[in-house]
Amino acid sequence: MAETMTKEVKEKEELEWFGPKERKLITDPLNDDNPVTVQILGVCSALAVTTMVKPALIMAVSVTLVTGFSNLVISLMRNGIPKQIRMIVQLVVIAFLVTVVEQVLKAYSYPVWKQLSVFIGLIITNCIVMGRLEAYAMANPPWRSFLDGLGNGAGYGIILIVISVIREFFGRGAILGYKILGATDEFLLNTTKHWWLSWYQPNGLMVLPASAIFLVGIIIWIQRARNPKLVDVS
Amino acid sequence: MDNLLNVFIKSAFIENMVLAYFIGMCSFLAVSKSVKTAIGLGIAVIFVLALTVPINWVISELILGPNGIFKTDLTFLRFILFIASIAASVQLVEMAVEKYSPSLYNALGIFLPLITVNCAILGAALFMVARSYNFAESTVYGIGSGVGWALAIVAMAAIREKIRYSNVPAPLRGLGIAFILTGLMGMAFMALMGINPATYMQ
Repeated sequence: MAETMTKEVKEKEELEWFGPKERKLITDPLNDDNPVTVQILGVCSALAVTTMVKPALIMAVSVTLVTGFSNLVISLMRNGIPKQIRMIVQLVVIAFLVTVVEQVLKAYSYPVWKQLSVFIGLIITNCIVMGRLEAYAMANPPWRSFLDGLGNGAGYGIILIVISVIREFFGRGAILGYKILGATDEFLLNTTKHWWLSWYQPNGLMVLPASAIFLVGIIIWIQRARNPKLVDVS
Repeated sequence: MDNLLNVFIKSAFIENMVLAYFIGMCSFLAVSKSVKTAIGLGIAVIFVLALTVPINWVISELILGPNGIFKTDLTFLRFILFIASIAASVQLVEMAVEKYSPSLYNALGIFLPLITVNCAILGAALFMVARSYNFAESTVYGIGSGVGWALAIVAMAAIREKIRYSNVPAPLRGLGIAFILTGLMGMAFMALMGINPATYMQ
């Protein structure tokens, strides 16, 4: 696979490994062309996994890998896929990659696999993956498609991580399970010890699913206020 | 019977696909601009869910399960088989509707291809497996979650039609306010969490 890729890169001189265009493919989806807040892709499956940072991180990495590699595979096959059955071919490739990710998680990190349960499977129908395959990988060379997939996966991951950090910090007073705000167990058992942040009461709203959606709304608000080009005119 | 009603109420209201799990948000946000199209897509989703959840139950019990025809645990093939069966049955439904009822096809036709990649369809099939429902329960679960999804998208479309006349801050217009509305609707639906249909049946 690597051989055919380098051959293609050599044939077309304008294709570079990390030229300015390639860098743009990675950095654009992180802000101005973010899949979640600008393209409205992939909100579906993952807001329910953002109550804590750890599952959100694992979800972000899984989605990035799946978008990257499915873009790469479909781009390598793009001239051989008949137009009428391309959806099925794409779905089979995505389902295969997601199955690999799921089996790896199940083998190496069983509690997280249990916690994410159906949401790993829902990466298959995550609109980001299909959306990027249709919009980019079907018409572009493999290396660029791979970068585009990684960039969009990362753009989605950033939103997940921002939301999960806010939700875990205010909802549980912790980040990645380490208590930062609020009374620790130690303090509750022995009130003579004083921890200076123990006045904080965890905010129950942040644990509820609705808060994830409010936070996405607020992120969109901030992003569009800073960049008026993105404002919806209709 | 009590149990089936319980599953229906739970899937349609208490554990609503969109408002409690945010599954199927893509088409929920993209197609909720007018009530008419929202009703069309809602009915199509109910139809497809009522069909595919039982089909996937049969696949997961009789083919993939350890007691199925192969006598081995093939659950790692679940995703591929589920998505293939969903795509195939949506295609079949589309062809059948086109042949036998052109008027229904005109109303639903454009939505059917969209539905294959709607997270709610695969999500319902995966939840059905995770909660180990039996055949009758999974049929009712399919219909119930379809009804819940349709209810949510029609309500959302009605609100978005009205909100066009309100003075929303410019950066929030469109997508931003739609997210915040969904959050508020989700909180409203949480009020239904205390309902336990089983207690009313006695």
